[in-house]
Amino acid sequence: MTNALNEIKPPVIELGIIGWLRKNLFSTWYNTILTILGIYLLYSILPPLFNWIFFDANFVGSSKDECTKDGACWIFIKQNLKLIFYGLYPTEELWRINTAYVMLLIAGIYLLIPNLKNKGWVGAFLLIPFPIICVYLFSGGAGLTNVETRLWGGLFLTLVIAGVGIVLSLPIGVLLALGRRSKLPIVSLLSTIFIEIWRGVPLITVLFMASNMFPLFMPEGVNFDKLIRALIGVMFFSAAYLAEVVRGGLQAMPKGQYEASQAAGLTYWKMMALVILPQSLKMVIPAIIGSFIAIFKDTTLVLIIGLFDFLGIIQFVGTNPDWLGFSHEGYVFAAAVFWIFCFGMSRYSQNLEKKLDTGQ
Amino acid sequence: MSTDTMIEMNEVHKWFGDLHVLNDVNLKVNRGEKIVICGPSGSGKSTLIRCINRLEEHQRGQIIVEGTELTNDNRSVEKIRGEVGMVFQQFNLFPHLSILDNCSLAPIWVRKLPKVEAKEKAMKYLKRVQIDDQAHKYPAQLSGGQQQRAAIARALCMEPRIMLFDEPTSALDPEMIKEVLDVMVGLAEGGMTMLVVTHEMGFAKEVADSIIFMDEGQIVENKNPTDFFENPESERTKTFLSQIL
Repeated sequence: MTNALNEIKPPVIELGIIGWLRKNLFSTWYNTILTILGIYLLYSILPPLFNWIFFDANFVGSSKDECTKDGACWIFIKQNLKLIFYGLYPTEELWRINTAYVMLLIAGIYLLIPNLKNKGWVGAFLLIPFPIICVYLFSGGAGLTNVETRLWGGLFLTLVIAGVGIVLSLPIGVLLALGRRSKLPIVSLLSTIFIEIWRGVPLITVLFMASNMFPLFMPEGVNFDKLIRALIGVMFFSAAYLAEVVRGGLQAMPKGQYEASQAAGLTYWKMMALVILPQSLKMVIPAIIGSFIAIFKDTTLVLIIGLFDFLGIIQFVGTNPDWLGFSHEGYVFAAAVFWIFCFGMSRYSQNLEKKLDTGQ
Repeated sequence: MSTDTMIEMNEVHKWFGDLHVLNDVNLKVNRGEKIVICGPSGSGKSTLIRCINRLEEHQRGQIIVEGTELTNDNRSVEKIRGEVGMVFQQFNLFPHLSILDNCSLAPIWVRKLPKVEAKEKAMKYLKRVQIDDQAHKYPAQLSGGQQQRAAIARALCMEPRIMLFDEPTSALDPEMIKEVLDVMVGLAEGGMTMLVVTHEMGFAKEVADSIIFMDEGQIVENKNPTDFFENPESERTKTFLSQIL
C-alpha cells in the first residue's frame, strides 16, 4: 500500500463560472474596465446590426416598394440573383455553368470524405479533364452555342479567375522557386528577374497592361480574349508571390534531407518531387493558403478593365434606377459571400495541416 | 586493378576555400574490408568518405569505385551512388514518410522495383535490424537508436556493395549506442565492405581490418588494430589515443 501513498495526484483546479469570470475577466482593475467597455461595445453594435440584417429586414416581395420595414432590403439581392451569380450569361444556357458546379461539388465532397478509395483519380480528374470540360461548357462550340466571355460575370467570373489563378499559379510558383535556387546561373537569373518584376508591380498595373498595352505589342489582327489576358496576368502575379513563399520552405529544409536523397541515388527531380517538396510545401501551407485568399479577393480588381466580377456586378446592379439606394445591402452580401469562401479555405488549410502531421 | 579492389583513391586533394581538407589522400579498400577512420574534428575524415559518393567533390586526384571513376559525368555519379549506401550522424530519415516507405523509396524510384517487391525487401531488412514491428510508424515516433537502425535498413534496401558510416553513433544517447553497433557488427560479419568514421574504439578493435588516423587532411596512420593501438608511429596518433582511451 506504500505505493498508493506515494502516488501524488495533480491538484484539481475547479473554478466554476464565477471563478472563471474572476480569473479571466475581472482579475485586475484595468481588466475589469476593459471587460465592461467590451460588453458595452457589443451591446451597442450587435442588436442594431442583427435588427438590420434579420429582424427588421424585408425578405418577401419583388420590388423595392415592398421594402417597407426599417431593416435591410434583401429583395434587392433576391431579384438580381441571376445577375449577381452569373452576370449576363444567357439564362437558357445557365445549366452549363450549373453542370460544372455540380461536378465540382461532387468531386470536392468525395475528396473531403476520409478513407475513400481512388482519391488520386478524382484529383487527377479535377486537374486535367475537368478544366477542359469547363472551357467547353462555358464558352461553347461543337454543339453548344458560343457564349462570349464579355457576357461572363458575377460570382461565376470571380470563381473562374480565382480558380485558374490559384490552380495554375502553384505549379508555376514551385518551378520559379526551384529555378531561383538552381545552380545554373541562367535559370536562376531568369527566375529571379521574373519574380522580382511581377512582384514589384501592383496587380492593377498588371491588369491595365494586359488590357490596354498588350494589344499594342501584338501584330495587327492578333487578339487574345480580354479575359484570357487578365487570367494570365493574375496567374503570373500570384505565381511570383507563391514562388517566394515556396522558396522560404525550401530554405528551411535541413541539408541532411538533400544528402540522404542523393546518397540513395535519387536524381534532382525525383529528390524534389519525393522528398524535398512534400516536406517544404507542408511547412508553408498557411502562407500558401494566405496567398490564395489574397488572390481570391484581389480578383475584384478586374472591374477596372471592364470585367464584371462578383463585386463589380453588385455595384453595377446598384446603379440600376429601379434599385437605387441599396448599395449597403449589396456590399454586406458581397462581404458575406467573400468571407464564406475565404473562411472555407482557411479551415481547409488547418484541416490539411492536421492530416499531414507526422509528429516532427 | 584487381577485381577485388572496391575503392581506390589516388592523390586526392580537396579544399574548402583556402582550407586544405584533404591533402594527398591515398587509400585502397578491398572487397569485404572494414576500415575504421578516426581523428580529431576537422581532420577531414567525414569529407573523405563523403567524397566516395560525391556528396563532396574532390578537386584533384582520382577516385575509383568498383571500377568506375568519379567524374563530372552524372552517369558515373549515379552508378556509384547506386552501389554505395550511406548512414549519417543525424540519421536523415525522411520525416514525412513511414519507416517502411523510407526504406522502399529508393528501391522503387531508383532500382525501379515493383512496389510489392520493394516493400517485401524493406520488411526483410527491417527485420534484420529488428524494427519490423515499427515499420508503419513515422521517424519522429522512434527513439534515436531505432531511427539509426532504420536508416541502416534504408541503405541496405538498395543492396549496396559498400557501406559508408559517418559517425553513426555520435548523436545517440549512451544506452542506444550498443544496439546500433550490434547491427553494424552483424553487417561486418556478413562480409560487407565498410568504411566507418567513428570514435568507438571498442568497435574498431572488434571489427576493423585496419584503422586509419587522420589529422589536418592527411592519413597519418593506417594499420591493423593490434599495431594501431600498440605501436602507433606518429606522435599525433599517440596524443590522440591517450586522449580518447
